[in-house]
Amino acid sequence: MGKDVVADLKRDYISKLLAKGVRADGRKFDEMRPLKIDIDYIKSAEGSARVQLGDTQVVVGIKIDKGEPFADTPNSGVLTTNAELIPMASETFESGPPDEVSIEVARVVDRGIREGHAVDLSKMVIEPGKAVWIMFVDVHVIDYDGNLFDAANIAANAAFKTAKIRGSKAGLSEDQPLPVVHQPISLTAVKIDGKILVDPTHDEERVAEARLTVATIENGNLCAMQKGLNGAFTLEEVSKVVDLSRRIGAEIRSRF
Amino acid sequence: MRSMGGTPLPANVKLIDENGRRMDGRLPDEMRPLKIEAGVLKRADGSAYVEWGNNKVMAAVYGPRECHPRHLQNPERALVQCTYNMASFSVDERKRPGPDRRSHEISKIISEALTNVVFTEYFPRTSIDVYIEVLQANAGTRCAGLTAASVALADAGIPMRDLVASCAAGKVADTVVVDLQKEEDNFGQADIPVGFVPRTNEIVLLQMDGDLTPEQFDKGLHMAVEACKKVYQIQRDALKRRYSARAADEDVPPAIVEGAMMREGQ
Repeated sequence: MGKDVVADLKRDYISKLLAKGVRADGRKFDEMRPLKIDIDYIKSAEGSARVQLGDTQVVVGIKIDKGEPFADTPNSGVLTTNAELIPMASETFESGPPDEVSIEVARVVDRGIREGHAVDLSKMVIEPGKAVWIMFVDVHVIDYDGNLFDAANIAANAAFKTAKIRGSKAGLSEDQPLPVVHQPISLTAVKIDGKILVDPTHDEERVAEARLTVATIENGNLCAMQKGLNGAFTLEEVSKVVDLSRRIGAEIRSRF
Repeated sequence: MRSMGGTPLPANVKLIDENGRRMDGRLPDEMRPLKIEAGVLKRADGSAYVEWGNNKVMAAVYGPRECHPRHLQNPERALVQCTYNMASFSVDERKRPGPDRRSHEISKIISEALTNVVFTEYFPRTSIDVYIEVLQANAGTRCAGLTAASVALADAGIPMRDLVASCAAGKVADTVVVDLQKEEDNFGQADIPVGFVPRTNEIVLLQMDGDLTPEQFDKGLHMAVEACKKVYQIQRDALKRRYSARAADEDVPPAIVEGAMMREGQ
């Protein structure tokens, strides 16, 4: 419960600053934190990236193994996304089976890349109905200072860039690149005192009333959304976040 | 450790060649390149990153803090609780996430090794939590983890008798070598991970598996200890780099930093 006391104190501080149009770290309301992307960070993975978004740090590793397709999708590879909020990343994370926070992160990242057709799963079939490629997108959170959704989404997209399907795993001689189609980039904003702030820090997340994640693809279309927390958004606020997501998504996409 | 499965070593590959060199060109007593960085994470009270050959390992320390579960609390001492974990993508075949018997065991022996050097009596009833994350594995991850954890503890300002330095020795193609890489671990004949405290000349972690004559074991242990001394120097350098940079930032006299090597105010 200790964290709630801190949150009350922080809320005051953050609110007073916001009233003056300032965020605690000096950013504009629509400004992302510095973004650093290292592609191919993990050699043992088929694809990987480390993303540092301010002080938030995540590593995404892609593993691709041969397996059986789901009975209802014999002509499609399988995409599985998993997020681990390991205790290293924050004093509030505990080890053990995934809790609802990490499940939400995994599902929102998964929804973005699945619905945005980041990867053409129909090209990941070895033998229809019998054998397909199963792609694991594993999100490992190393340092937690807010906005895991976007850090993980960016890392996943970056990891796809150079990911390889290792043919030797199915007795095939040749490796093939991952059939990447789109880059669905998500943007998360929170509402504090009626103001919309993108890319919230941990402190901002703790005092936020509501949160909205919007993912877009290259042509500006939307492919996934997730609203979180107890508060509400007006229609205008939602469309504002959508506009921000389209604009900032294009900027991020141009980075890799 | 040595796995039975996996692809066999190609016939044309020799673990030790005519010139006594190993697969990656090293001599028997030569370690892989080791790079250590202290203070890499923001949230943790202390942290360290170790890149050792093709291993990438991160360690974080939280505490001293309230001990969970409470029945483990010791009214006289702090509890050093280490959790060793491998990322699912750290190995060739995806590892199922979460703890297994191997990681439980490694967590336990690393906790014990670290407890030896921490002044636990200064923090009764608390827990000092150490998290080791293996991001990329290429044999020797427990040694890399223990090495990183020691630096992270020092970075967190935990009072310690000394750092624990760690390195393994082993036997490949009937030759005693240090710091086995993956192929040597898989196709070698023995593995001896060692944790060493240079100031007291004591061994705080020791395991062995495989087949060794007593002479080979003695030679391996001594080679591992010599390697640990090199690791120790690199650990110290990492801490000095971190705190001399900090001193320059904050105008702390270097003597204080050098003497204490502690983080001020948690």
